[in-house]
Amino acid sequence: MSDNHRPVPSAGDGIRGALREFGLPRIIIAAFLLLMFIIAPFTGVNFWSQITNVTNRFSWNAVLVLAMVPMVHSGCGLNFGLPVGIIAGLLGVTMSIELGFTGLASFVMAIVIATPFALMFGMAYGWLLNKIKGGEMMIATYVGFSVVSFFCMMWLILPYKKPDMAWGFEGTGLRTTFPVDRYFGGVLSNFLKIEIGKLVIPTGALLFFALLAFLMWAFLHTKTGTAMTAVGSNPTFARAAGINVDRIRMLSVVMSTWLAAVGILVYEQGFGFVQLYNAPFNMALPAVSAILIGGATANKASITNVVIGTILFQGIVTMTPTVMNGLINLDISEVLRVVVSNGMILYALTRKAEVTK
Amino acid sequence: MSNTTPLLQMKSIRKNFFGNQVLKDINLTLNEGEVLGLVGENGAGKSTLMKILFGMNEIRETGGYEGDILMNGEKVTIGTSFDALAHGIGMVHQEFSLIPGFTATENILLNREPQKKSIMSEVFGQRLNITDRKKMDAASAAAIDKMGVQIDGGMVISDMPVGHKQFTEIARELSKDNLKLLILDEPTAVLTEQEALALLDSIRAMSRRGIAVIFITHRLQEILDVCDTVAVMRDGVLVQRIPAAETSIPEITRWMVGRNIDTDHSGRRPVPETEPIMTIEHLWVDMPGETVRDVNLEVRRGEILGIGGLAGQGKLGIPNGIMGLYASGGSVTFDGESIPLNQPRRCLDRQLAFVSEDRRGVGLLLHESLEWNISFPAMQIHDKFLRSLLGGLIKWRDDRAIQEVTRKYIDELQIRCTGPRQKAKELSGGNQQKICLAKAFALEPKFLFVSEPTRGIDVGAKALVLQALEKFNRESGVTIVMISSELEELRSVCDRIAIVSGGRIAGILPAVESSERFGELMVSQVI
Repeated sequence: MSDNHRPVPSAGDGIRGALREFGLPRIIIAAFLLLMFIIAPFTGVNFWSQITNVTNRFSWNAVLVLAMVPMVHSGCGLNFGLPVGIIAGLLGVTMSIELGFTGLASFVMAIVIATPFALMFGMAYGWLLNKIKGGEMMIATYVGFSVVSFFCMMWLILPYKKPDMAWGFEGTGLRTTFPVDRYFGGVLSNFLKIEIGKLVIPTGALLFFALLAFLMWAFLHTKTGTAMTAVGSNPTFARAAGINVDRIRMLSVVMSTWLAAVGILVYEQGFGFVQLYNAPFNMALPAVSAILIGGATANKASITNVVIGTILFQGIVTMTPTVMNGLINLDISEVLRVVVSNGMILYALTRKAEVTK
Repeated sequence: MSNTTPLLQMKSIRKNFFGNQVLKDINLTLNEGEVLGLVGENGAGKSTLMKILFGMNEIRETGGYEGDILMNGEKVTIGTSFDALAHGIGMVHQEFSLIPGFTATENILLNREPQKKSIMSEVFGQRLNITDRKKMDAASAAAIDKMGVQIDGGMVISDMPVGHKQFTEIARELSKDNLKLLILDEPTAVLTEQEALALLDSIRAMSRRGIAVIFITHRLQEILDVCDTVAVMRDGVLVQRIPAAETSIPEITRWMVGRNIDTDHSGRRPVPETEPIMTIEHLWVDMPGETVRDVNLEVRRGEILGIGGLAGQGKLGIPNGIMGLYASGGSVTFDGESIPLNQPRRCLDRQLAFVSEDRRGVGLLLHESLEWNISFPAMQIHDKFLRSLLGGLIKWRDDRAIQEVTRKYIDELQIRCTGPRQKAKELSGGNQQKICLAKAFALEPKFLFVSEPTRGIDVGAKALVLQALEKFNRESGVTIVMISSELEELRSVCDRIAIVSGGRIAGILPAVESSERFGELMVSQVI
């Protein structure tokens, strides 16, 4: 330990280092995606409608991926407990619709109503994570499971009456899926929408993400944001500098939970449907793997990671089925999605072990 | 001696890491039973040379080495550590590689246990042999005996004091029958003075048995005490090889750093007779291994007070307790007002600062830039390096001011780095310590605790760190309390030195007192 022979990087090492920094999995995935775009026109798939698909899916998912950032910064790891925030968002949506709001108002009210729930859930979740430092990601996964299961019951029991959402025969209890086109479907995506032939850009949704991403970037440049990064980097150092570590971690969890609540609303306005019951389960893993593909690790993440990761991940998910179908009439998209997302998480977690060693 | 073949010859050894030449043409010979002291500043290439000799993976993975290694006159290739072991080379590393839940005996003989046959092994083969406890005890006792110290073979490693762990590691190497050459990489760094003395005795004992020893340490007196030969390395070159009896500490230091280190204390100022700035009464601190029992101490305004004492007597507990990192009680008055204990923030708000002895654990954000490391506490505690936006609603990080202050300290403390944005983990120990100091200086404190500021750093960096502290005290009038286990270091910068023994202050003497008097105090109340 005493002697440190740091190699002085030469030009060749610089390039090799940059490649290593970028990571082999990312290079493979980016190359694969590029290949898909090149092959696409030959399989009779329209190139521009593919771009539209990828852009759309990016705009739906980016906020959920952004929700990973605060907890990674504060050292709480990847937020496998994303469903906690999603449930808050779903409470916001259902209540906003139940109360009779429509159009943009229903979207705004959904956020307004979801916020206190997100704060409450986030604080409880953060309190729990502060009790089990070191095992956050595992506990978070199970917190997600429990909350989703608990709300499977609540969606039936809570006194929702609106016919658009409730089961037809019974008149009570919420349906597993219901459309939101009469409420806030496309409120963001259709705002300032650009259409050039087959290319459609959901400007509003992209701007909304840009706004949130800017706020996150700005937050990380403030005093508290700096403290959050330091807490994640070395909690003992932060404590010795007079930081209340638990409070900062709690703040990060609350932020992450709130972003997840907003994220699911953005997702639903683009997707056009609200999915309840077990659906929130399926939101956490894609978001986690997207940010990891983007180059984040379990303790470092930036806005760039979010953007690159979401594009790559959603690109693979949308491009593969269409191109593969056109090519060999065989749909391996689901298999590929599972391999990519779980493989990425596995890869990232082993890399974390390397760092801590 | 020149008639016999030397045990080890290293001929024109070269090694480069990615084009960076760290060893340039090293030639070294070693005879049977010879004790060679290998010294050099951090980064001089000592550890790399030893890693080559012991066949560490790191060397092979980075492209191997050039040059020849000869054992007893025959050329050998050492590709892996197994090769090294087969050639009778043993190494004791700085970090312990012991299994905490096993006893010393089990660790010493791991995977080489004497075995007994049993019914099961008769049937299923020798993998089911039973370990022969009696022979194991005897073998480990013999190995421990070779060192000439007393450690309990039946004791579990995790219950042992640090020194005994170190001895267990050495005993493990000694228990190998073919051991001819033992490499000790800074074995005394973690030891108390008595333990270090015992270790030196055991090195002499090994030498008498014909085992050659390469001994790496920063404590030069140990080299002179125990070694036959001293080899000095500087910047990848073996600059000097001389019998230990023909040299002295100042001479070795000169070779190591290639410049003169000022050891003249004649310009010492008189001990300040100012009023106390901090009064500590009946302080207790529950810090594992460094318990403070009942400390009463007055620190005078503007002085540098040293706190010394043997390891484990509680000297480190004092700053850690007052700064709220470990549970503590008692009363501390600072500048006329009492300081609430166990609340780190309150101390920091009162402009106290602390440079921890645990650099990597507490002192640094290893994965962040130097800028962040230096500016972070000042930013969080005193709102420095921030710009207020929207009428103070938003406190925006002022990256330009941060860079400025970082550059200033890089210049002032001569921190060797590629720039303010380099990551702290990439610096050497001495430069990391300077970052820790810069961090404390940036807080512009009224009162500074510095704990073990020179632990594990080389002579050149040590002098710079001590100079920086002295300058900070003289120019900014900051009261400094410096805790160190090296008495000579305390005597070189402090005005007064308090000696802690058994969790209490055994006495306070002016730094000019003779070292015998300090020595008496150190052992006066040892528990």
